[in-house]
Amino acid sequence: MKIDNQKNRHVYWNPYFGGFLLGIIILFTFYMTGRGLGASGAMKSSVVAIVDTVTPEHAEANAYYSKFIKDNESPMNTWLVFEALGVLIGAFISGGLSGRIGWRTQHSPKITSKRRLAFALGGGILFGLGAQIARGCTSGAALSGMAVLSTGGFITMLAIFGTGYLVAYFFRKNWI
Amino acid sequence: MGPLIPNGVIPYEWNSIIAIIIGIAFGFVLEASGFSSSRKLAGVFYGYDFAVLKVFFTAALVALIGILYMDYLGYIDMSKLYVHPTYLWGAIIGGAVMGIGFVAGGFCPGTSLCAVAIGKIDAIIYVIGIMIGVFIFSELYILFQPIYEGYFEGNITLMDSLGVNRYWFVFIFTIIAIIAFIVSDIIRKKQKKIFY
Repeated sequence: MKIDNQKNRHVYWNPYFGGFLLGIIILFTFYMTGRGLGASGAMKSSVVAIVDTVTPEHAEANAYYSKFIKDNESPMNTWLVFEALGVLIGAFISGGLSGRIGWRTQHSPKITSKRRLAFALGGGILFGLGAQIARGCTSGAALSGMAVLSTGGFITMLAIFGTGYLVAYFFRKNWI
Repeated sequence: MGPLIPNGVIPYEWNSIIAIIIGIAFGFVLEASGFSSSRKLAGVFYGYDFAVLKVFFTAALVALIGILYMDYLGYIDMSKLYVHPTYLWGAIIGGAVMGIGFVAGGFCPGTSLCAVAIGKIDAIIYVIGIMIGVFIFSELYILFQPIYEGYFEGNITLMDSLGVNRYWFVFIFTIIAIIAFIVSDIIRKKQKKIFY
């Protein structure tokens, strides 16, 4: 079977089909582990591991890092880090099958890639900060929280999307 | 009787392997749904692409209804599932900060990982940004501690907070989602098409 990659690049799954499968994955995750999915947890573990390697004394003295440092075990040895590695593999397979792999900076033709990268960095910093304050991101707090009817999960979801709509006007030049 | 690993049906040693398998499925579905594209994700805020809304709410409802069914049929003990704890102001303020980050950066952490996997440079910068954000939070933890640890309401569900029957809640939530899907299609048809 020959796949026309140029044509396939921007053909994505039907969102309801993707959402259905994602729901099944969340259900399976709860059935197996009793917990939901996550994404920002792996990045937190990476930061803890880096700080713990560079300055172990500082990491142990800090009230936040020290929560995640165990004796004789790397902070990277967590469920979410393995899951995040899987996400990278799975996305790489899907992108490879549809011919979407390649180094590029995606941005609106109205802005420069430098501007896109600056906003990506700023957005990342805010998201990293917010995910710590709320103890989870869109996957861990909002999506997995909603699956078990967690009040905090619903509040986080409403806060993320509500604020997104409130501030969307100020960032419109970046996208439309 | 689920959940399988906490109940010892599957040995704990399998945990990391299952984590990678689940991650692969998660990453594949996110990427195939188009979530490795920041312009597609941002569409939900400007009305030119509602994939985020559709995928997100379909997934939440399928998982929610599935868990309720499995609990009802006795395959899973819902009381043993981990319920994300509610720290009222942490959830609101953290969510608001994430909302600004979402519109500014065009990704959330899970989708940025998918975009990193297919070589998007903006996503790599975004992940570095997330790590800087975590670093700032940790270094200034004393400042954030009151919101992070305060206003703790417990591992409560909407049943505790609103006092509604969970089956009725899921039914109404499903109706709201279907209405939102229909309305989003109407809005999208009125918007200028954006190609990306």
